[in-house]
Amino acid sequence: MTDTPVALSAAPRGTKPRKRLTPTNIMLYGTLFVAALYYLLPLYVMMVTSLKGMPEIRFGNVFAPPVEITFEPWVKAWAEACTGINCDGLSRGFWNSVQILVPSVVISIAIASVNGYALSLWKFKGSEVFFTILIFGAFIPYQVMIYPIVILLREAGEGLSLITGTKIRLMGSIWGLVIVHTIFGMPILTLLFRNYFASVPEELFKAARVDGAGFWQIYFQIMLPMALPIFVVAIILQVTGIWNDFLFGVIFTKPDTYPMTVQLNNIVNSVQGVKEYNVNMAATMLTGLVPLIIYFASGKLFVRGIAAGAVKG
Amino acid sequence: MNLYKATTAAIAFCAAGAVSAADLEVTHWWTSGGEAAAVAEFAKAFDATGNNWVDGAIAGSGGTARPIIVSRIIGGDPMHATQLNHGRQAEELIEAGLMLDLTDVATAEGWADTVNPTSLLDSCTVDGKIYCAPVNIHSWQWIWLSHQAYADAGVDVPSNWDEFVASAPALEAAGKIPLAMGQQAWQSSGAFGVINVAVGGPDLWNKINVNKDADAAAGPEMAKVFEAAAAARAMAANSKVQDWNQATNLVITGQAGGQVMGDWAQGEFQVAGQVAGQDYTCLPGLGVNEIISTGGDAFYFPKQDDPEIEAAQKELAKLLLSPEVQVNFNLKKGSLPVRGDIDLTAANDCMKKGLEILASGNILQSGDQVLSADTSTQIEDLMVEFWNDPSYSAADAQAKYAEIIADAD
Amino acid sequence: MAVTDGADVESPRTTTKRPNRLFKNMTAKLAAIPMIFTALVVFIGCTVWTIYHSFTKSKLLPAPDKWVGLDQYERLWSTRRWLVSIENLAIYGICSLVLSLLIGFVLAALLDRKIRGEGVFRTIFLYPFALSFVVTGLVWQWILNPQFGIQGVVQRWGWESFTFDPLNNPSIVIYGILIAGIWQGSGFIMVILLAGLRGIDEDIWKASRVEGIPVWKTYIFIVVPMMRPIFVTALVLIAAGIIKVYDLVVAQTSGGPGIASEVPAKYVIEKMFQAQNLGQGFAASTMMLLSVLVVLIPWAYLEFGGKGRD
Repeated sequence: MTDTPVALSAAPRGTKPRKRLTPTNIMLYGTLFVAALYYLLPLYVMMVTSLKGMPEIRFGNVFAPPVEITFEPWVKAWAEACTGINCDGLSRGFWNSVQILVPSVVISIAIASVNGYALSLWKFKGSEVFFTILIFGAFIPYQVMIYPIVILLREAGEGLSLITGTKIRLMGSIWGLVIVHTIFGMPILTLLFRNYFASVPEELFKAARVDGAGFWQIYFQIMLPMALPIFVVAIILQVTGIWNDFLFGVIFTKPDTYPMTVQLNNIVNSVQGVKEYNVNMAATMLTGLVPLIIYFASGKLFVRGIAAGAVKG
Repeated sequence: MNLYKATTAAIAFCAAGAVSAADLEVTHWWTSGGEAAAVAEFAKAFDATGNNWVDGAIAGSGGTARPIIVSRIIGGDPMHATQLNHGRQAEELIEAGLMLDLTDVATAEGWADTVNPTSLLDSCTVDGKIYCAPVNIHSWQWIWLSHQAYADAGVDVPSNWDEFVASAPALEAAGKIPLAMGQQAWQSSGAFGVINVAVGGPDLWNKINVNKDADAAAGPEMAKVFEAAAAARAMAANSKVQDWNQATNLVITGQAGGQVMGDWAQGEFQVAGQVAGQDYTCLPGLGVNEIISTGGDAFYFPKQDDPEIEAAQKELAKLLLSPEVQVNFNLKKGSLPVRGDIDLTAANDCMKKGLEILASGNILQSGDQVLSADTSTQIEDLMVEFWNDPSYSAADAQAKYAEIIADAD
Repeated sequence: MAVTDGADVESPRTTTKRPNRLFKNMTAKLAAIPMIFTALVVFIGCTVWTIYHSFTKSKLLPAPDKWVGLDQYERLWSTRRWLVSIENLAIYGICSLVLSLLIGFVLAALLDRKIRGEGVFRTIFLYPFALSFVVTGLVWQWILNPQFGIQGVVQRWGWESFTFDPLNNPSIVIYGILIAGIWQGSGFIMVILLAGLRGIDEDIWKASRVEGIPVWKTYIFIVVPMMRPIFVTALVLIAAGIIKVYDLVVAQTSGGPGIASEVPAKYVIEKMFQAQNLGQGFAASTMMLLSVLVVLIPWAYLEFGGKGRD
């Protein structure tokens, strides 16, 4: 169900509107404009609020454009807003998110693409069973698995410490969170790659086998280059998904390594004296900026990406 | 190797930080203006020993912060020191051997003689060993009254709870909120506790919270308490703020008559430049029974394998209770020091009142000391619903309350 | 991970008969270890672990030996906060199912009428989906702020008695969250349904025009039934998201006022990590799992049951 054909390029199928100002057309565009207002309102309000000074907010209204534009709230949100005595704003969360994002995306996609490849072309006994469990796992509420995963990460960290002889902690570190993202991204990504590789013409695979190419050879030399489009989809899916995560960030990291979403919630909800709504809204916009840029830059690929990943919730 | 480690640890400990310079990550949930200023005192003092305080502030109330703290300790990534409310919150962590034993520091520093009241140290003690360093006493038993609000309404500033209730209509007529309340669960539960002590008396409170007497919780005396709470709820109906310091701000700016809140509210008045007795009045025990509840904050030190860190942890524990740090910290925080032997001449009127009551021994244990986290959160859930839902009758809430007490462990 | 992993090239010609079973596809099996680990240890292992411990009196630490049977479940179902959470989830779930599908379909149908600027409208309807629930919750918290938000503005325009403060009114707070949830997710449902509409054969439209059937009737009686599979997909997507509602509530209302906007996911997290009552949290999360199964199994049966496999 995830490979929903999202064929937006196809032509609209409705009846062709004949004249410009028919009552039908007025209704049509009227409704669309009203709907567009509802969707745009929050973005607009965020924007204007973040550009106002506090007095203007207190006495003005949320919809009024700023009389005096100030970028102070943005500067404050990025570099000065406080949680406790740490007053370095969201910038720290931003870099944490980047540090979490890059390895999580790379590792989860690497593992899942190999999974999908093995599941579609190198089926072994039980592989379908594991795959079914994996897909089923996508629907298990995270809350069911969170606590045991805390324990698993602790044990794994202790195990690794024993093996390497240095103190390694997975719980609370960025790497613990990377593992968690890899695990929970696996069902959807694996499904995505499995379906893609399954659609590869079988002759290609068989020919390579006859030539004596092995598992990794076929993967790297034939499949990988062919699968670039699906990799892009997977990257978009993972980047937005991981950037927007809050629950895992709260549970598996600590204040030093908080991702941006968690820090945003902290900044907005830690009040010193008066609530600075303009700073809050600037912080909110800053946090939303990365996925928004991806959305606007990647266009239709974004839709394919999220359509593939929506099962993840 | 072990001998080497042990020796370095011993040296480091004796040399009191001059040798070891460790980074200690300290988690706490002191993030409001006054609180942040207070915690900076700890950081400054600790940095001065050559060590480094790495601040791990967690925004939000203890309810948000505690889970993060506990899951990190359980998850094998303990911080080096952490704030918790002393009492039963860390019980299981101590029993599981995850916390550092501070008995040697306590003995060397003579905590047993200086910490007052001694129940604070008892709350840190499990099987005769001391596991936490209490840093302050926070009493919930206060109401803070805005002089401006009462002046605007043309009535005298009340001197006890009954007068406060009586003056509510006048405030309302003047467009003020009689009682400012934040809407978070711990605030609802705390305010109820204060009303409980004031209206029902300390004995009733002890019977229910210490002895878990469910009959008393369901009894007629307690019914009066619930009626009083329901009346308070009506007075706070227009107070639509979330955070406690926003509610305090309503009092500071004269939009609300008063707020039932612990003495940490004082820090906010101080930051706003208000003077006790002149701009605001504080009534301990709601002006009914002058009493101090001895809850508060303590620092726990999760066990680490590194002797250097352990030395720094003990160094910090020692420092937290040192007279100078106690004075600086508690003045900023608006809380009472845990030592009976220090001079707080700089204290303002409200703190002095508190100190007098403390010296007179009119004290009560805090909910954190006597109730398990599970029971406390059940009561919080009940209270936050009660305070925010005017249709929840006092009798229904009392019945539910008695059930919780009956199940309490 | 070297490309020339010569040692375990498993060409069919070289494999002997005996070790066939175990060593056949060895590299594939090795490569699938992370997946097998995730499936068995995390998904099955952790779930079983949690279910088992939901029958124990685990407090701050798991206590597998303190077996208490169904006690945790009894307490769960006599806790008002849990009941409120379930009720909220039901209201939120049903409303967001209906509204997302309705709004999504109407918008998709409008966009499918060969309008100008389709791309612009689609971009506008979909962008909220790129934003996190935390961002969504905070923005709507601000817009619905009674003092400065919509209510305050309308009151300042002169309509003094106007009240619209869902986030401060316990009886309607869940709808305040719903407004934000719909805003975030309905654009995505629109995109999916639009794809479905584009899949409808042009001949259907021609035929209905020839027959003189009004456009709205064509949609309701012909197009919608034809799109059944895509509606089912959309439904499952929405349903899977609903049970996980957590960040939105945390950011927008923190469960308040009182406990009026609590949701099950939040109850679980708070019981486990805050109330130091793991057993209770596990029992609640097991109930969440159960409710997912109630939705999932009939769907899986309908979807795959007949065909044998997916």
